[in-house]
Amino acid sequence: MSTFALAGNPNSGKTSLFNLLTGSRQRVGNWPGVTVEKVIGQLKGDMKYTIVDLPGLYSLAPISIDEQIASRYMIEEKLDGIINIVDASNLERNLYFTIQLLEYGKPLFMALNMMDVAKEKGLHIDLKQLEERLGVKISSTVARKGIGKEDIIHKLKNEIPSNAFRINYGEAMESLITELEEILEQSSMKVHYSSRWFAIQFLEGNLVIEEAAKQSGIYEALNKVKERVEKDQQLNASQVIQNIRYQWISSLLKEVVQREQIETAQTLTDKIDRIVTNKWLGIPIFLAVMYFIFQITFTWIGNPLLDLVDGFIGGTLSGWVEAGLIVINSPDWMISLAVDGIVGGVGGVLVFVPNILVLFLLLSFLEDTGYMTRVAFIMDKFMSKMGLNGKSIIPMVIGFGCNIPGIMGSRTIEDPNERLTTILMNPFMSCSARMPVYALFAGVFFANNQGLIVFSLYFLGIVMAILLAFILKLTKFKQSESVFIMELPEYRLPVFKNLLLHTWDKGKGFIRKAGTIIFSMAVLIWFLSNFSFQGMVDINHSFLAALGSFIAPIFKPLGFGDWQASVALLTGFLAKEVVVSTMMVIYGTGESVTGLSQMIQGSFSALSAYAYMVFVLLYVPCLATVAAIKKETASWKWTFFSIGYSIGIAWLMAFIIYQVGKLFI
Amino acid sequence: MTLAECKVGEKVKIESLHMNHNQQRRFMEMGILPGTEIEIVRMAPLKDPISVRVRGFQISFRKKEAEQITISH
Ligand SMILES: Nc1nc2c(ncn2[C@@H]2O[C@H](COP(=O)(O)OP(=O)(O)O)[C@@H](O)[C@H]2O)c(=O)[nH]1
Repeated sequence: MSTFALAGNPNSGKTSLFNLLTGSRQRVGNWPGVTVEKVIGQLKGDMKYTIVDLPGLYSLAPISIDEQIASRYMIEEKLDGIINIVDASNLERNLYFTIQLLEYGKPLFMALNMMDVAKEKGLHIDLKQLEERLGVKISSTVARKGIGKEDIIHKLKNEIPSNAFRINYGEAMESLITELEEILEQSSMKVHYSSRWFAIQFLEGNLVIEEAAKQSGIYEALNKVKERVEKDQQLNASQVIQNIRYQWISSLLKEVVQREQIETAQTLTDKIDRIVTNKWLGIPIFLAVMYFIFQITFTWIGNPLLDLVDGFIGGTLSGWVEAGLIVINSPDWMISLAVDGIVGGVGGVLVFVPNILVLFLLLSFLEDTGYMTRVAFIMDKFMSKMGLNGKSIIPMVIGFGCNIPGIMGSRTIEDPNERLTTILMNPFMSCSARMPVYALFAGVFFANNQGLIVFSLYFLGIVMAILLAFILKLTKFKQSESVFIMELPEYRLPVFKNLLLHTWDKGKGFIRKAGTIIFSMAVLIWFLSNFSFQGMVDINHSFLAALGSFIAPIFKPLGFGDWQASVALLTGFLAKEVVVSTMMVIYGTGESVTGLSQMIQGSFSALSAYAYMVFVLLYVPCLATVAAIKKETASWKWTFFSIGYSIGIAWLMAFIIYQVGKLFI
Repeated sequence: MTLAECKVGEKVKIESLHMNHNQQRRFMEMGILPGTEIEIVRMAPLKDPISVRVRGFQISFRKKEAEQITISH
């Protein structure tokens, strides 16, 4: 078993290379740092080699949380080697990170990626010489097209020589480094990396190294030496190190790279940016893009597909199931369980698979092109007024697909307060699991303005999210040392195959959920709605009716005080799609969404239906999201705050809408 | 003169950075350090943040940080 870490700058093609080597359907995106989780894969065709994909890094000294994850892993784990992926079209900055990796001293080889882009830019890189100067083996690759794969695999399987890379940081620094090394060597601290690297990283102010030093009680001693020398020599150690590295790189590049003078007319990226970040057009274009996404999802592509699937499940499939069970002489209750409970409950959610796939496809497309970073750029000013960061926009938009990756995506935000706020806002972003509820109610009560009504809900969610951010800014997080520094990568046309794979991965999760949690809930609800302590009874006397009637008074002032609607909200806590499947089961509506539509017309008015949708939008998203909030905030206090706040605000908003609405209707 | 006072399209040279340690390190890791040539590419619609080209790629950051970077022509 050998473990290799794949490390490189954001947007160097890391995810593409990882997919290429492991054949895994890993996320490929253009958002710097999109790989927020530690992702592990086996080399395709040879399970002996494990590859760990790390978040993109600019340096080994971390600032944001996802960088901390990666640095800690690199520093603490005993790796067999590092595959350093380098963007050949952007060598200068990429090599800065490479230097840190080389100094680290682990066996390393380099995948020089984006060779096609470098060529287009007129760069000729002398690979032989670069290999010699850095003391590493280099494979040139075009990860997007799969070029260079064999070479990398070949190199992986052969011994990667350790390197003896060393930059001379000048007399003063070198003696400082030696002094620190001595302190380390005389201490009890055991490290599995070079002591020189430890000393240099300490001087750079690497958090992880400082922590390690504190733990072994040598921090004070190290720091004293550092401060003494900095004072005596009038220098800033970390600045000197960075300067010398860049000087070293530019002299290296002068030797190794030949730049052809290519007519630098406006690049395509420039042309696009001129429009999408335009003073007048930028923000309207963003809003229009979002609007089109919802139009396409609901009106143009999603719903026609939905009708098809609904017709199949509600008509054909449930007909077959019923006929089949009758043929084998099943008892009535069995038929009811299978048709009303299972086909109805699960089918009521499955019909939304087309909508959800379309939404995920569109969001992935936006992300992969690089447009989302522009959105962060144009919205930063506005967001900073709310105590947020332009980068908060990306988790918010991802939250429209699913809150969980949205919450995890907040890791790229450096400031802890801004990050917490971004996490807490995310449940108000209307995720795709809420879509079934809107589609059902809006379809019945607002058939002519369905798009508009659904858009208004998404909008309300955003307003509530911003309101929360504002409240937190005014009360909790008064002063925050916010920073915003972000690379704007060049636009790239997403690889269609990757888009489809990613969309399918997400959609699969949704379908799996339908098969597990929603399936069991449907059975449970069927049971609760058909039984009481007296045995099998009419639904109005069932367990479920009793439970529903008990909590119904809470919802009475909101306009939906019947027990069925209340119970659906309760079960919806597991997953919001369950709201619809619960209704399918308890209204026992002949297994199709169309049947259910007729039933709810009796129980809701247009106004109470809207209030109901608002409640569903705003109250606790689902158990899995709560778990994600707990994991990411590492705080029960904030987790409970999120639950309490969202239920409270859901009740309040539904109340206002229903009561105020009544005055006008 | 600071970077915040420059106009879109100007090419200038960085003299020094005056921000807190972490921020400064991040700027320098991204290749923005004394002596670097930098071009102001554009401003966001609300005039902040700005986007600059440095060493062949684009970075954006806020005016607040730009005010802490001194430059010369
Ligand atoms: N032209 C070109 N594009 C590439 C290459 N490798 C990756 N890309 C594209 O660059 C973008 C970012 O790649 P990704 O793998 O997500 O980079 P990461 O952010 O480092 O994980 C994607 O649109 C890829 O399709 C390459 O060698 N050449």
